Amino acid sequence: MRNGTKYWTWHMAAGVVLLLLLGLHMVIMHMGGSVHLFAPRGADAVSEANSQWRDSKICFALSYILLLGVGLYHGLYSLRTILLELTLKPAMEKAMTILLVIVGVGLFGLGSWAAWAAHVVALAGGKG
Amino acid sequence: MAIHRYDNRLGVWGWLGGGRWGIERYAYLLHRLTGLAVLLYLLMHTVVTSLRVKGIYLWTEGGFFHQPIFRLGEFAVVTAFAFHAFNGLRLVLVELGFAVGKPIEPIYPYKTSVGVQRPLLIAAMLLALVFLAVGGYNFMLGAAK
Amino acid sequence: MAEKKATKTITFHVTRYNPEVDAKPYIRAYAVEVNDGMTVLDGLHWIKENLDATLVWRYSCRMGICGSCGMLINGSPTLACNTQILHLSQKEITVGPLPNFEIIRDLVPDLLSMFDKHAMVSPNIVRDEAELNSTQGEFYQSPEELEAYLQFTYCIKCGCCMGACPTLATDVRYLGPMPLTALERYNEDTRDEGFALRAKIAGGKGGAFRCHYAGECSRVCPKGVDPGKAIQLLKRKLVLDYLHLAGKKKPCKKLEGPGEGKLLPNMIAPARTIPG
Repeated sequence: MRNGTKYWTWHMAAGVVLLLLLGLHMVIMHMGGSVHLFAPRGADAVSEANSQWRDSKICFALSYILLLGVGLYHGLYSLRTILLELTLKPAMEKAMTILLVIVGVGLFGLGSWAAWAAHVVALAGGKG
Repeated sequence: MAIHRYDNRLGVWGWLGGGRWGIERYAYLLHRLTGLAVLLYLLMHTVVTSLRVKGIYLWTEGGFFHQPIFRLGEFAVVTAFAFHAFNGLRLVLVELGFAVGKPIEPIYPYKTSVGVQRPLLIAAMLLALVFLAVGGYNFMLGAAK
Repeated sequence: MAEKKATKTITFHVTRYNPEVDAKPYIRAYAVEVNDGMTVLDGLHWIKENLDATLVWRYSCRMGICGSCGMLINGSPTLACNTQILHLSQKEITVGPLPNFEIIRDLVPDLLSMFDKHAMVSPNIVRDEAELNSTQGEFYQSPEELEAYLQFTYCIKCGCCMGACPTLATDVRYLGPMPLTALERYNEDTRDEGFALRAKIAGGKGGAFRCHYAGECSRVCPKGVDPGKAIQLLKRKLVLDYLHLAGKKKPCKKLEGPGEGKLLPNMIAPARTIPG
């Protein structure tokens, strides 16, 4: 890797951002009984109604995209680090890096599109 | 005549430790395992939640992933996240040199950075336990429904 | 004079390996007569003198300063000369070669890979050659500046940290705690100007970022060098440099003669005897 310091610094920064965003995500989705946040349509925070309510808010759509981006970068960079420590052949390592980038970009594309499309659908007030 | 040297690298067993390592070594191993677990979940989760655009909500009541085994699996992911996040916070502080102490003249018995950051590790574990306690309580609330 | 009565018989489970005969290492048990105060190194000598003259290991100073006798004792890399047998166990101990190195024979690891990695980090003061070679004057370094790297100079290159490191267990390219500590030792030295020269290898594929702070290197270091701390401080330096937040530090001056640097009070600098 030509610039190890750069990618690692972003990895650490992504970790800190994830701590906040993913932590909030966990609290909203899994601690609705104790800390009921961002779920005004009933007690079940992950119900269809509450999911659509969140999807209708632009800040949620954007933060979902950000959460997905930092999560994928942090996770796939870590996976790459673990795999690089296995001392594979250089060709294998290059192929592995390319595969991880494709998976990351692909999933980011899918998730971002879904966040935006769900936002549009939710604003229109109905199912897909 | 070439002398045959035996490769004594521990391999992946070296990641797992040998029973005489400090807590930090095991925290390092758990951090890897929990990270992989959460990553694997993320990859599946992205695909599953993207289906909501088509009106398919697989995780809500009546959905495929609402079954108890999957709800338990989700709680396992929350557990993995709790450890990984708080240990990760400790690692960010340690690996940026904030919690390792200053270089000192080594005088036996040596005080190393391991001792300096140990309270941080304990605090991180306690915070993770608190997070889990709240999460567990909510999981039981949901299971009781 | 009557021989001192042995206090205990301890079983040594020693890894043996003769490359000319054996396909892989195996463990051989020896019953060793142990007195109070005997070190593992003394135990190995006892085996060689009384039980098995073919046993081979490295040692030199037998007092914890040369770093030759690094071994895996009861699962932990440490110096054999520094380890009291009866402090470890009253029944049996295991002695093996340092892990994460190739074994030449019995308890002798091939440390050349470690020394090659050490050479890769430019472990020397990098500075203007003329200044370094000039016999006039001396580098001005305060006690505080010395303390910033002094701990990392105590390294005796024994390889125990390399044996304890989980990353080195699988990653051949990783420099390892010892070379990275040497790298940081020179980066922190105010006489040195080589940060930029070393930055590529320090942040590269086998560099500091392959460390994930398992902390074992610092725990096992027999001289208290704390390589774990050195590597984290190195990472900090690299990140601050990448973010352009590191202060531009000029290397310390070379004092050419009287009148430069801080004079102690009430001291008169001697007259120059060397023509300026």
